[in-house]
Amino acid sequence: MGERTEIRLSGSGGQGLILAGIILAEAAILDGKNAVQSQSYGPEARGGASRAEVIISDSPIDYPKVMQPDILLTLTEEAFVKYKDNIKSNGIIIIDSSIRKSEPPVKIVSLPIIETANKSVGKVIVANIVSLGALIAVTKIVSKKSIEEAVMDRVPKGTEELNRKALYAGFELGEFQQKQYKNK
Amino acid sequence: MRKELEKYFRTEKLPHIWCPGCGHGILTGAVVRAIDNLKLDQGKICIVSGIGCSSRAPGYLNFNTLHTTHGRALAFATGIKLAKPELKVIVLTGDGDCAAIGGNHFIHACRRNIDITTVVFNNNIYGMTSGQYSPMTPQGAFATTAPYGNIDRSFDLCKLAQSAGATYVARGTVYHIPQLIKLIEKALLHKGFSLIDAISICPTYFGRKNKMSSPVRMMEFIKDACIPAKNAEKLTKEELAGKIVIGEFYEEFAPEYTEEYAKVIEKAREGK
Amino acid sequence: MNSKAILMQGNEACVEGAIAAGMRFYAGYPITPSTEIAELSAEKLPKVGGKFIQMEDEIASMGAVIGASLAGLKAMTATSGPGFSLKQENIGFACLTEVPCVIVNVQRGGPSTGLPTLPAQGDVMQARWGTHGDHPIIVVSPSYVKEVYELTIRAFNLSEKYRVPCILLMDEVVAHMREKVELPDPSSIKIINRKKPDPTIKEYEPYKDCDGDGIPPMANFGEGIPFHVTGLIHDITGFPSTSATVTEALITRLMKKIYDNLDDILDYESIFTNDADTVIISFGSTARSVMRAVQIMRREGQKIGMLRLKTIWPFAHRAIQELSSQVKNLIVAEMNFGQLVEMVKASAEGRFYVAGINKFNGELIAPNEIISRTREVRSRA
Repeated sequence: MGERTEIRLSGSGGQGLILAGIILAEAAILDGKNAVQSQSYGPEARGGASRAEVIISDSPIDYPKVMQPDILLTLTEEAFVKYKDNIKSNGIIIIDSSIRKSEPPVKIVSLPIIETANKSVGKVIVANIVSLGALIAVTKIVSKKSIEEAVMDRVPKGTEELNRKALYAGFELGEFQQKQYKNK
Repeated sequence: MRKELEKYFRTEKLPHIWCPGCGHGILTGAVVRAIDNLKLDQGKICIVSGIGCSSRAPGYLNFNTLHTTHGRALAFATGIKLAKPELKVIVLTGDGDCAAIGGNHFIHACRRNIDITTVVFNNNIYGMTSGQYSPMTPQGAFATTAPYGNIDRSFDLCKLAQSAGATYVARGTVYHIPQLIKLIEKALLHKGFSLIDAISICPTYFGRKNKMSSPVRMMEFIKDACIPAKNAEKLTKEELAGKIVIGEFYEEFAPEYTEEYAKVIEKAREGK
Repeated sequence: MNSKAILMQGNEACVEGAIAAGMRFYAGYPITPSTEIAELSAEKLPKVGGKFIQMEDEIASMGAVIGASLAGLKAMTATSGPGFSLKQENIGFACLTEVPCVIVNVQRGGPSTGLPTLPAQGDVMQARWGTHGDHPIIVVSPSYVKEVYELTIRAFNLSEKYRVPCILLMDEVVAHMREKVELPDPSSIKIINRKKPDPTIKEYEPYKDCDGDGIPPMANFGEGIPFHVTGLIHDITGFPSTSATVTEALITRLMKKIYDNLDDILDYESIFTNDADTVIISFGSTARSVMRAVQIMRREGQKIGMLRLKTIWPFAHRAIQELSSQVKNLIVAEMNFGQLVEMVKASAEGRFYVAGINKFNGELIAPNEIISRTREVRSRA
């Protein structure tokens, strides 16, 4: 993926994607890499479009914003439509399975992230952590050990087990998909 | 001046800049006498003012003194008091300084109940800029910016302070000096935000515009218009029209801001 | 704090730096994108015995900060755009009365309410000249989260040393981004405290230049020596004066104490300027875009250098005048309509061709925009 990997996490406000971005950046630091996380949001605290960006690199990071992502994760159709065309040609898009795929410009992976959070883990609020698990299983951008440590550090006290379960569910989603992909 | 009061003044800075017949010198004297009567530690007193005639008072007083920007004395004073709660912080301000440009700081200092004594030198006019109407100028009075008579309604500073949360509120005047000194003493001893609305006279600008250009005439006006708070209770609104109600209005013992913040520090340190 | 690498936000690094520098008082009013500085100060200050207060507005915040500093505490406030405008009168008071304090301005798009959540660098001139009258001021501007920490400490040190308000001019990008930092061991940080008068003296003249460096020793309120502080022009005793001689002496001293110490105050970084024909000048987060653009152009063999200003005011004329004669073009990249570029033009005195790269739409200037503008400037006939 080259020395600088750009990741964009997008969805709607309140889905916890900014927190997911922070956790991902922390995991990269635990892996010994450099990381920058930034975000953009509207004036509303809930709803509206939300976007978190993470840049991971082995060398110091100068320009702190994503120019063209290597990895795009979207949890809403609105975000998918908005961001799908700005992606590197060898990039990868991970979307929630509720989103209708239009002409995929690059490799696209559709996973039941929100459904898994809702049904298997039991709380839709952990969709952000399921997303992280899936993203890492598919892209291997940070180690599983570091992401687990970072998740445990950041989530509110008393929710550790719930979030661990969400992360593992995400790993499973991603790994299952990867196996399917190889078998094809 | 009594010899024993001289230590409170920067005598080399006198005479003061106030006009002949101005009430502000009398009010400054009352503040100093209250401090002297209470034998407060001179080195631990900090006097803060804003801008205007009243706000020149600290320059003549031998304490830690701070002459700030227009209307902001209470904001600076809040910083001093919170930084060093062991200081006795007194704000000397005017009616324009306190009630117009500084009105927001005034109500919030009342609300916090921070231990600051505020004495408003209230002469119902902007004197320093030569006679414009202030939020304390009575309706119908004349000023350079109210050549046809003032249509603004004026504040009752004491009611404003009380409803904003001040815990000691009183009004005195430049005519009733022994009472005023007692009120200031009580305010200085009070733990929390205390307000003294001290009615002053400005013969030069308020007086001249309102047919009271002699200081004596203005003093007589105050003498005739004043009525003790106790007596006022029995009167109707109509009977009170044009009267100045003086005395103590409110006293409450409530948690003081810097003491509450000391508890915040304790809590934060326990949680470490 | 250990020196482990952690992910930290710019605004968080500002509070960590301030506390390390000795901040023990914060007064502020909530405003995007600086609010995290207030929130973290509220949480962290009481833990070190410091004080936090949320005032009724930005004017009051600036007043409270000056009051607290006069009472002896190192004090800071943080704001943005409209709030910075409101603080200006009291910033001028601190300049004239020589009260140390740090003002953080996280720049957002303006004028007026503008773009509250989006970055800009439109307050360059306001930071220098926002308050009325001739006055000295020091303004520093960080590009990296780690540098936010370092420059916040430096802002306190400069402010205490020179008895002058110091502005930490950030922008939304560097304030809100999180990146990897390794904070130094607190014992390794150099801290400067205001110099105090000799406690045995009987007569304290609070504005007397006792040491000949233009910086009078500063007493704290309530520590033995009563003194007067006024926003009026004053003589060495601190009392008002309208004398032309006194006025001229005071304003001259206030300016000289800063401009005689440029070696200490100016701070800038020159990269690849030795053989460059074109130097791009920048600061704050924009400098990161410039860094990327310069590296790309260098890889292509183009002789491009960059100059990153960390001290914005006083302006580093010398950094420009020192550039060697093979430099032909200076390009100033800034998120505004063109502010710092005017200072660069003044410094260039016609020696260099000076051009600007300006963006004022709430977006950070991108490296490719810098590259194409640089190409344009270099290929001009």
